[in-house]
Amino acid sequence: MGLKILTEHINVPGIETLEVYRKHGGYRSVEKALKTMTPEEVVEEVKTAGLRGRGGAGFPAGMKWSFLAKPEGVPRYLVCNADESEPGTFKDRYFMQKNPHALVEGMIASSYALGANTSYIYIRGELMFILRILEKAIAEAYAAGLLGKNILGSGYDLDLHVAPGGGAYICGEETALLESLEGKRGNPRNKPPFPAVKGLFASPTVVNNVETISSVPWIINNTGAEYAKVGIGRSTGTKLISASGNINNPGVYEIELGVPVEEFIYSDEYCGGIWKGKQLKAVVPGGSSVPILPKELILKTAAGEPRLMSYESLSDGGFVSGSMLGSGAFIVFDEDQCIVRNTWNYSRFYHHESCGQCSPCREGTGWMEKVLHRIEHGHGHQQDIDLLVSVAKQIEGNTICPLGDAAAWPVASAVRHFREEFEWHIKHPKEATAPGAVYRGQLAEVTA
Amino acid sequence: MAETINEVQFSEAGMAEIQRYISHYPEGRQKSAILPILHIAQAEFGGWVSPEAMDKIAQILNIQPIEVYEVATFYTMFNLKPVGKHVLEVCRTGPCCLRGADQMIDMLKQKLNIEEGETTADGMFTLKPVECLASCGSGPMLQVREKYYENLDTEERVDAFLEMMRNTPVETPYHQVSK
Repeated sequence: MGLKILTEHINVPGIETLEVYRKHGGYRSVEKALKTMTPEEVVEEVKTAGLRGRGGAGFPAGMKWSFLAKPEGVPRYLVCNADESEPGTFKDRYFMQKNPHALVEGMIASSYALGANTSYIYIRGELMFILRILEKAIAEAYAAGLLGKNILGSGYDLDLHVAPGGGAYICGEETALLESLEGKRGNPRNKPPFPAVKGLFASPTVVNNVETISSVPWIINNTGAEYAKVGIGRSTGTKLISASGNINNPGVYEIELGVPVEEFIYSDEYCGGIWKGKQLKAVVPGGSSVPILPKELILKTAAGEPRLMSYESLSDGGFVSGSMLGSGAFIVFDEDQCIVRNTWNYSRFYHHESCGQCSPCREGTGWMEKVLHRIEHGHGHQQDIDLLVSVAKQIEGNTICPLGDAAAWPVASAVRHFREEFEWHIKHPKEATAPGAVYRGQLAEVTA
Repeated sequence: MAETINEVQFSEAGMAEIQRYISHYPEGRQKSAILPILHIAQAEFGGWVSPEAMDKIAQILNIQPIEVYEVATFYTMFNLKPVGKHVLEVCRTGPCCLRGADQMIDMLKQKLNIEEGETTADGMFTLKPVECLASCGSGPMLQVREKYYENLDTEERVDAFLEMMRNTPVETPYHQVSK
């Protein structure tokens, strides 16, 4: 069992209440930060920790905090991105549901570091039941003097609110989230200016993920240097992984970064192996937007090294033979899963969720879905495969926000690693569309 | 237009909740409360948001009705036409499909004799496919109002779920649950 920074007390009965949470050390970081540290010292601890954004991009949180503009007389905001909508990702939902005060504590400590006096948690509209859990925790914190005016007699004021979204994946993108929080359509903004300069209500704003913010109390309590000792290389600390798909033990696991992928899949401590005694076929290691990898490349890098659960190891080989840790959504495919059908499914998702602002994304996601639909349903043409690759290439990097990339990568990687399966669908439409049909040929060879 | 607006009225508790949300934002930024208010409207007015309800929201927020329309039509959670007593929001996204969501959706369509997006003849159920509900480890699943129903991977479980829902009254509206 590795170190549990976030989930040590998650299964303690009543941990969602302030009383039990405090009995287990809750809110110590607020006391320590507000009474004994300057905001700058808190920022430095987070920088020392090497904490990287846990929402998917992996940008160093302390560095992001230090970019925050601090003009006099202008409010600053901290916004928690709790719009968890990436297929495969459910760790933030689970975490907030089980341990809401951990997020509230992180919000207070982080807001203090940033000089924010009003902060918001923007949560998926679909998660109204979590919104109520959070609002209850916030009310308890207000009643205990942990929120509001002059927190714990420190002279620091903070108001914290929860705001629900309305069912748009794009609002997980930070500028789209801010637009939505301002009561508008979730259309991403052009950057620059970045939110750190001009964010919510045109004021300097930091947007951080739930897991990122919830890691801050441990860092304050134990120092950034201690946090940096956990993990491997520049992948410091622990990470919540939401494991789903064809495994024996789906669920949320907190791992020390650096655990071998093979151990994560097969050990009883984590996924418990492939379900129904079947063989592993492929894995999407970081949420639906990251490249899929066949068995050979998810267990070992192209150089033959064991693949590890870390930012660096999972991206080893770039997109030719690697992928990304992303949000930590680990989706496992057994040998009976059809890659073409799965790729079509994700393509439909990205088409549905494109905000429609940029032509390459608005049109391209629809084209990819249409082409994949006809291949999957037995009407594909041989040239469709190259057409898919071409459309994906034209979307990638040509949109205001990363949704275009997110739509293109699953398609491009599926064709790269499973081209034979696409060809089989086109050459054998009747076999491919039969109920339960799946390509049984050799997986694509490893190409470094 | 004034008569149209008068056709809908939020309850006292709903208005209190609306004012609470508006108070979360700085002076002059009351439009920020539009999404929570749309959720309240949907819960209070039969599970959908009519043009009259949107006009009323615009009046409360002192903004143009078009500002409400363009938001309500962008976000998929807001139903813009009448729905059944129970809206089954069924996750049809990749991870759930790996665990049998396609089969669950087929079963629901067959048992309810409707297609996706349709409402049963008795007005009991609307089948609404949605994209990922953050329950990937316990799929196939669906959501009804604020509750998750997970691991619906056998016909017996789907039957039991439908039977239970047929005997379930519509729950307390949004603002009352939050108290």
